[in-house]
Amino acid sequence: MKSILKPLLMVAAMAMGMTAAGTLPALALVELNVNKGNVEPLPIAITDFQGGDALGAQISQIVTADLKRSGLFAPIDKSAFIEKITNPDAAPRFDDWKVINAQALVTGSVSKEADGRIRAQYRLWDTFAGQQMAGEQFFANDANQRRVAHIIADAIYERLTGEKGYFDTRVVFIDESGAKNARKKRLAIMDQDGANVRYLSDGRSIVLTPRFSPNRQEITYMSYESGQPRVYLLQIETGQRELVGNFPGMTFAPRFSPDGQKVIMSLLRDDGNSNIFAMDLRSRSTTRLTNSTAIDTSPSYSPDGSKVVFTSDRGGRAQIYVMGADGSGQTRISFGDGVYSTPVWSPRGDLIAFTKQTGGEFQIGVMKTDGSGERILSSGFQQEGPTWAPNGRVLMFFRDSAGGPKLVSVDLTGRNEQSIPTANFASDPAWSPLLE
Amino acid sequence: MGRIAALTRNPVMIALVAMLAIAGCASKKTPNSAQDLGLNGAGAATPGSAQDFTVNIGDRIFFDTDSTSIRADAQTTLSRQAQWLNQYKQYAIVVEGHADERGTREYNLALGARRAAATRDFLVAKGVSASRLKTISYGKERPVAVCDDISCWSQNRRAVTTLSGAGS
Repeated sequence: MKSILKPLLMVAAMAMGMTAAGTLPALALVELNVNKGNVEPLPIAITDFQGGDALGAQISQIVTADLKRSGLFAPIDKSAFIEKITNPDAAPRFDDWKVINAQALVTGSVSKEADGRIRAQYRLWDTFAGQQMAGEQFFANDANQRRVAHIIADAIYERLTGEKGYFDTRVVFIDESGAKNARKKRLAIMDQDGANVRYLSDGRSIVLTPRFSPNRQEITYMSYESGQPRVYLLQIETGQRELVGNFPGMTFAPRFSPDGQKVIMSLLRDDGNSNIFAMDLRSRSTTRLTNSTAIDTSPSYSPDGSKVVFTSDRGGRAQIYVMGADGSGQTRISFGDGVYSTPVWSPRGDLIAFTKQTGGEFQIGVMKTDGSGERILSSGFQQEGPTWAPNGRVLMFFRDSAGGPKLVSVDLTGRNEQSIPTANFASDPAWSPLLE
Repeated sequence: MGRIAALTRNPVMIALVAMLAIAGCASKKTPNSAQDLGLNGAGAATPGSAQDFTVNIGDRIFFDTDSTSIRADAQTTLSRQAQWLNQYKQYAIVVEGHADERGTREYNLALGARRAAATRDFLVAKGVSASRLKTISYGKERPVAVCDDISCWSQNRRAVTTLSGAGS
C-alpha cells in the first residue's frame, strides 16, 4: 500500500484565535467510558465539512455513519442544528450546541491543493467545557477520499473513548452468488463499511477463509484451483500468488503469525485426520504442532505469538484448546454445553472469540484465554466465523438467512448488531489491522 | 474433476425425481434428473459404464450427524461398489467427502476429509487397490439438497464415489 496520507498533528498549532481556551479552568472534558457495562451513546453533532462542494458533505456523512455504527455515538440530525458553521476554524457558539444536547461537535473543511491533493481538516469541540479537544489535518489523493473520512472518524473515536478506532480498515471476504448447490465463491476485499469492493479471484474455483497479513498487504486463503484444496498466499496489490508449502494432502484453515513470518494451518493426514503445522515463509521449514488422531484445525496465534488456540475433537466433539506456539502444553479450555469451533484470539490478547453450537443454534461468543467468563454475544439459526476489529471491541461474522450468508458485526456488549452491506451473499470475513 | 450426477437406483423413481427436482428439496431422493446422463431408464446403462455404477450400484453413502462411521446400510452399498470396482479396473476413483451445513466451515472440511478417508479405507479393505483411490473434501461447500432441515442435511452428509479415467 502506498503511503498517501500524512497526518499532521495540529492540536496546538491550529488553536489560533482561541486564546480563551487557554484561560479556561481545567474542566473534565467529555469522554466515553467504553468499559462500563452499559454505555449511553454520546450525542455528537457532525457538521458538513466546508468547501469541496459535495465532498464536504460526503466526508461528514461517512464520519457520521462510522461513529453511529459503533454504537457509542448518537449523531444528532442536522435539521436540529441552530448555528450554521461558516468558519470551521472559529469557536462555535457553544450555547447553540448545548441547547440541542450536542456534547461534542465536529467542524471541518476540505480543499483541493495546487498539486491536486485533497486537504481535509477537522476540529473536535467539547461544547459543555467550551473547548477544542482536538484538531488535525490530512492530505490524500483523489482516490482516497473515503479513507480521509475514516481516518477522521478514527481520530474522533480515539479522542473521545481513549481506545483506538477501527474505521480505516478493510475486510477480505468470500463473495457468494448463484444457487446454493452451485455457489460461485470469489475472493473480495472492501472497506469495513462495505464500500470500494474489489474482486481478487474470478470465481472459477472454490476459495475459502481469507486472512490478512499483519501489514495488510497479503492474504492467505484456501483454494481448490489445483484440484486438491490448498493454502495460498496472495499479494493484494500485485495479484501475485503462490502455494504455501508442498504437502501431499489438503491444507486448510490458514492464518498468519503476528509477525507475519509464518502461516499456521491444518494439514490432512493420510488417515483422514488433520493436524496443525506452522510454516516459516522465509526458510520454508515446517513445524508440526499437533499429532493426534483427531481433527485439529482453526489455529489462531495470540497477539504476542507465544500461544496458539485451536479446535480439536480429540475429546469426542469439537472443543477449544490452547497450546504453546511450539505445540507444548495442549490444554482444553472450553467446557460449556455444546460444540465449540473457530476460535480467534483478540488483538488485545484478553479474549478468544468462537462459534458455539448448542440447542439447535449457532452462537458467537467470547471467553477469557483460560476459558472462563464465557459470554454469548449473538445467537442465530446458522452463523459462524468471528473476526476481530483491530481494537478488539467489535466482531464481524457471517449469518445464513434468507437463502445465503451475509456479514454482521456485533460489539462486545452484544447490544449493537449491524449488518454490513454487500451486493451478493458474503461469508468468511477477516478484518484487517489498522494501517500504521 | 468429473462429477457424476446423483441418481436414485430405483428406475421407477427416475422420472418422478426429475419432476420433483423442480419442487425443490421436497423429495427424500437426491434431486438430480435422469436426463443429466442422457438416460431413459436404468436399464439403458451399459454394464461397466459410469451410468451403470451410479444407477445400479449407487455412488454414495450417508453419515450420521458429526459422525464418520460407515453405517450398516452404507457398508452394503460400499461392498457392492467394491465388487463393481474390482470388476471394472479401468477406472481411477475419487471419493468426495461432504458435510451438512450444521457445522463450521473449517471443521466441516476436516470432517468431509475424514468421511472420504473412511470410505476409501472400507473400499481398500474390500480389495480395491489403494493406488486407484484418491480423496477430496468439499466440507459443506457442495450441498446436493438445499433446504434448511433434517431431510436435506442427511442427504448432504455423504461420501460420493466418483469415477474418472477410462469411463468418463
